[in-house]
Amino acid sequence: MAARALARGVRLCSSSIGRSLIFNSVQKRGIAACIDPSIGLSDEQKEFQKLAFDFAANEMAPHMAEWDQKERFPVKAMRKAAQLGFGGIYVSPEVGGSGLSRLDTSIIFEALSTGCVSTTAYMSIHNMCAWMIDTFGNTEQREQFCPDLCSMQKFASYCLTEPSSGSDAASLLTTAKLDDDHYVLNGSKAFISGGGDTDVYVVMCRTGEKGPKGISCLVVEKGTPGLSFGKKEKKVGWNSQPTRAVIFEDCAVPVSNRLGAEGQGFSIAMKGLNGGRINIASCSLGAAHASVLLARDHMCVRKQFGETLASSQFLQFKLAEMATKLVASRLLVRQAAVALQDGRPDAVSLCSMAKLFVTDECFSICNQALQIHGGYGYLKDYAVQQYVRDVRVHQILEGTNEVMRMIIARSLLTES
Amino acid sequence: MSARVLVGVKRVIDYAVKIRVKPDHSGVVTDGVKHSMNPFCEIAVEEAVKLKEKKLVKEVVAVSCGPQQVQETIRTALAMGADRGIHVEVSGKDYETLGPLQVSKIMAALAKKEEADLIILGKQAIDDDCNQTGQMTAALLDWPQGTFASEVTLEAEKLKVVREVDGGLETIKINLPAVLTADLRLNTPRYATLPNIMKAKKKKIVNVKPADLGVDVNSRLEVLRVDEPPQRSAGVKVETVDDLLGKLKEAGRI
Repeated sequence: MAARALARGVRLCSSSIGRSLIFNSVQKRGIAACIDPSIGLSDEQKEFQKLAFDFAANEMAPHMAEWDQKERFPVKAMRKAAQLGFGGIYVSPEVGGSGLSRLDTSIIFEALSTGCVSTTAYMSIHNMCAWMIDTFGNTEQREQFCPDLCSMQKFASYCLTEPSSGSDAASLLTTAKLDDDHYVLNGSKAFISGGGDTDVYVVMCRTGEKGPKGISCLVVEKGTPGLSFGKKEKKVGWNSQPTRAVIFEDCAVPVSNRLGAEGQGFSIAMKGLNGGRINIASCSLGAAHASVLLARDHMCVRKQFGETLASSQFLQFKLAEMATKLVASRLLVRQAAVALQDGRPDAVSLCSMAKLFVTDECFSICNQALQIHGGYGYLKDYAVQQYVRDVRVHQILEGTNEVMRMIIARSLLTES
Repeated sequence: MSARVLVGVKRVIDYAVKIRVKPDHSGVVTDGVKHSMNPFCEIAVEEAVKLKEKKLVKEVVAVSCGPQQVQETIRTALAMGADRGIHVEVSGKDYETLGPLQVSKIMAALAKKEEADLIILGKQAIDDDCNQTGQMTAALLDWPQGTFASEVTLEAEKLKVVREVDGGLETIKINLPAVLTADLRLNTPRYATLPNIMKAKKKKIVNVKPADLGVDVNSRLEVLRVDEPPQRSAGVKVETVDDLLGKLKEAGRI
């Protein structure tokens, strides 16, 4: 058995290595002791994480390039994930969820992301919508929507952004006029993940006055007359999920589909995003972890000037810095997750800090990993470029990193 | 029909880890190294759980021998569907020298104590590659054995086992109680699900000492030295067939 492992080691470090072996090295569960993501976890959390890593390595990583290049929405693979409980990780078990904590969720998404960032990120958005319905919906709404969402029989999309309101989300223009027992929606949403392929749309729309207090949250089902979609956007990354505009033209939605009270919509949206930000940051972590391992393996293989790249002190230091930032990021995300699940007063700021710091650092880590690969890093045969392209958008959506700074600054300056 | 199945699960160094030999050549480095359940043991657990789902077996008991950490391995078996676990405590020097003979004595003792009707083990462990525990357990119990099983079916109170052997596939019929060892193609182990991992927390793991089972864990074997295999050396080009024959004779190959 030592012989087999050593042979594998020799194969990995020989200079005649084939490309497929480099590509596949991320699928082996990365074992580098100092950045081991299972450090400090409970036995149960380690089990969750192992499950997610195994699923990512077996069911996602072998397909991540194909899903990206063919722009395939991997319904079958996601439903398989849902069977294991990944469809509603922090949704309550009475409506089909797994009832886990935010920290458990972060650990799971971090592990799944090593298999495919784009698909995991979509799953996190889906989970966020399921949670919003579970938390703010009444019994009928929860029973109507949550079981199908948790099993991924149906898929969900989160609709807040509009062509003219991104960071200034509270200025959204989509109106919902009350008419007897239903609302009539008019307007359009932009950049909706899953839009057109998903079944359940959680839509923030204006039922009242200007500003956040006039916004309500409605659940709109695909097939409702007046609901249509724009063209599928062509993106730099996140290609395993379709992105489309969602258009409402005199779209009638029953009042019974409203989550919470009129005027509560913006608050619901923001509460959803707190968790969403931890999840997106967790996805960035997974990509960075995989990238560090890819960079390390490449450094052991690639020779220049008569020795492997791993002998270069500059690259050793670069790798060390990448590893340090990865671990620092991981600690911040997990702290934010704990703060959120404990309902601490600093939770919102901490989630913003985590999203800001981690998405920036992890993009930088993935980018440096690509640089370490040299010319090969720019080829689509190698996974590292997909991690870079996929995590780039994490610095933009779920609240730009600039908006994160606004939230943190407000928290600092309001106190004084 | 069979009511109770014992499944042995071994905690081994994870298959993906690059193994390093200790500087004193007494063994391989295990401290701080990632461990997981032996892949053939996973297949054994899966087979046992499948039998339970077909209602051919009432209870699946997962057994592991070793220090505190093997409880993780038992928990994985519980998360896959085993009903309860038995942790046979062996630690320190005893654990380092624990081998198939002692484990099979333990399994045999447990089989009698638990009144098991079937024992399923992995065909071998990926750390020592012994491929002995199943066979020794069967011998100690004087039970029939179906080793290298790639297919197991129950036919009229007997087990029909298809075995993968060097010559191809051999089908045998054995009486119960029996010992089976799982080969690679027996099944594809399921993923645990999140709910099952949580349910596994509530399942019981009982601690037992080898002495309680009347088993002496002293090893009859002594490992003298562990070395890495020799580095692959460069080849040599020859000009003629005569040169080739000469070189082969030199190396003692012909």
